[in-house]
Amino acid sequence: MAVKLDSAVNGPALYEGTKIPSPVPSWLQVADSRREDGNVIQVNFGPNHPSTHGVLRLVLDLDGEEVVGMRAVIGYLHTGFEKSMEQKSWWKAINYPSRIDYLASFQNEMVFVLAIEKLLGIEVPARATWVRMALAELNRIHSHLIWLGTVGLELGVQSLYFYCFEQRENVLDLFEMVTGVRVHGRYCQAGGLAEDIPPAFVDEARNFCRGLARQIGAYERLTWQNKMFQKRMNGIGIVSAEDAIRLGMSGPNLRGSGLNWDVRKREPYLFYDQVEFDVPVYESGDCNARVRVRIDEMRESLRITEQALDKIEQLAGEPWIADDRKIVLPPREELQTSMESLIHHFKLVSEGYRVPAGEVYLPIEGPRGEEGCYVVSNGGAKPWRVHFRAPSLLTIAAAPTLCQEHLIADLIAITASLDTLMGDSDR
Amino acid sequence: MTGYKQVPGLVEVREAFGETTLVVEREQLRAAALHLRDELGFNYLADIAGADYLGWSGEVAGSWGSAEGRDLNLPYTLGAAPAPEPKPKRFSLSYHLLALRDEPVRLRLQTWLDDGETAPSAVEIWPAADWLEREVYDLMGIVFDGHPNLVRLLTPDDWEGHPLRKDYPVGGEPVRFSEEV
Repeated sequence: MAVKLDSAVNGPALYEGTKIPSPVPSWLQVADSRREDGNVIQVNFGPNHPSTHGVLRLVLDLDGEEVVGMRAVIGYLHTGFEKSMEQKSWWKAINYPSRIDYLASFQNEMVFVLAIEKLLGIEVPARATWVRMALAELNRIHSHLIWLGTVGLELGVQSLYFYCFEQRENVLDLFEMVTGVRVHGRYCQAGGLAEDIPPAFVDEARNFCRGLARQIGAYERLTWQNKMFQKRMNGIGIVSAEDAIRLGMSGPNLRGSGLNWDVRKREPYLFYDQVEFDVPVYESGDCNARVRVRIDEMRESLRITEQALDKIEQLAGEPWIADDRKIVLPPREELQTSMESLIHHFKLVSEGYRVPAGEVYLPIEGPRGEEGCYVVSNGGAKPWRVHFRAPSLLTIAAAPTLCQEHLIADLIAITASLDTLMGDSDR
Repeated sequence: MTGYKQVPGLVEVREAFGETTLVVEREQLRAAALHLRDELGFNYLADIAGADYLGWSGEVAGSWGSAEGRDLNLPYTLGAAPAPEPKPKRFSLSYHLLALRDEPVRLRLQTWLDDGETAPSAVEIWPAADWLEREVYDLMGIVFDGHPNLVRLLTPDDWEGHPLRKDYPVGGEPVRFSEEV
């Protein structure tokens, strides 16, 4: 494998060969000889267990406390979003993606809108792109905060939960200020944004960034600098970079295995090539590395947010949506005076715009890894096919590789460190 | 572009929207995948997406027009809008590949199948294909030969039909106990 993303794959191997179970990569099977001993019992872990982050069901084979067999069962949250989106106009379909990965709601909405824009070939004004970037990074922080808080709950660092959720409220306040709702904003629009950001947003967001920057040190003291936490996390759930690539793991989980891969850096979208930020990479491949990657990522997200806020201020007064009346709603005030605007408004709201025929796959770096959106259009007013690449799906499928030769308590730490979300994997 | 000439079973190389699509014959899919992984370094399978093109350029629900695929309602065309290009078969299967290295390359490996035709499994080539193929089988009904554990992934084990097919009705799922009424 000729990967050379900085050091990892060429550095010292974390273990010899591969740990991926065979013949089914997502199913750790118990050897028949071991089962005949009579010590192996099968336990259903979930789908309603508080440590499984939603409705993940794991079928475990336990020998004492050791996990010797494992298989994940998902689909309890399958809602058929992809099918539903085929029934709606492009305009209305934008509502759905934010419900798929509800912690990264803005990023999911954005990836679908970016795919539409790629098919349309429409140019988005700079101010709108900077606002999207600021919100995308705030959304990443939001997702990481919830993840960190629940990791705390699962590993007995209960205070962490309250520290994280306090800050999470502040992010949601910012989203409420911008979009009017706390979670499912539907703020992205093909061509730009649904409306301009409120004038007070930049200051409020700066306040939040300053506040969170002070807090992150406390998160670190409670997690990887905490002896108890270290004992649960260090050397647990090791996966090598090679195995992680083969299993399709992405995002922070890949960077925790020492691979310097970040879609924002390597295949920049929006204006990520114009901002300064570092990609945190840790090489130990264990739970601790994955936790540290995400905490460091929050710092980097703050850096990006602040740079984006500067740009938003510089571009004050510039348009926040493209000037293309065939795709974008006319300004509200024109509806009173211009017949043509009224017709455009009516056509857009009733039938919607048409998107040229073609297919695109658009990957972005979401909080949980590579979020991809595959869209097929037949040139009509509705998407022909929409498919989301769910990072959680592949992460859950990889869990049996990580849990080998570990105790059931370690399993909790491993599933926590992987940051999976069932809404994302089940769609 | 030229580097893909050697891919076994190559039908065409298409460039659109800045993305490269490699269409290969279904029978040669496995050989093509191995070639792409081993010779051209596509070590990362990002996604597998199936799409059903039943009724693609014909008459479908909504405002889409006549059987020739022309839409009288499309503004400024006077009914002369070009029909979308016909597809070779009913289903497309798209493997979104990534060469994870210092200069990353993305590629869509695509093959076409009719109802009842099977595709070779890629689990041995990219272990990530395990659940991705189960998902396509579950929702689109495409069978993968040689998959070690091809069972439904997202819908219940006793579910009837494959929801993402175009002939699967919306809201038409069987409702429990309804036969007793």
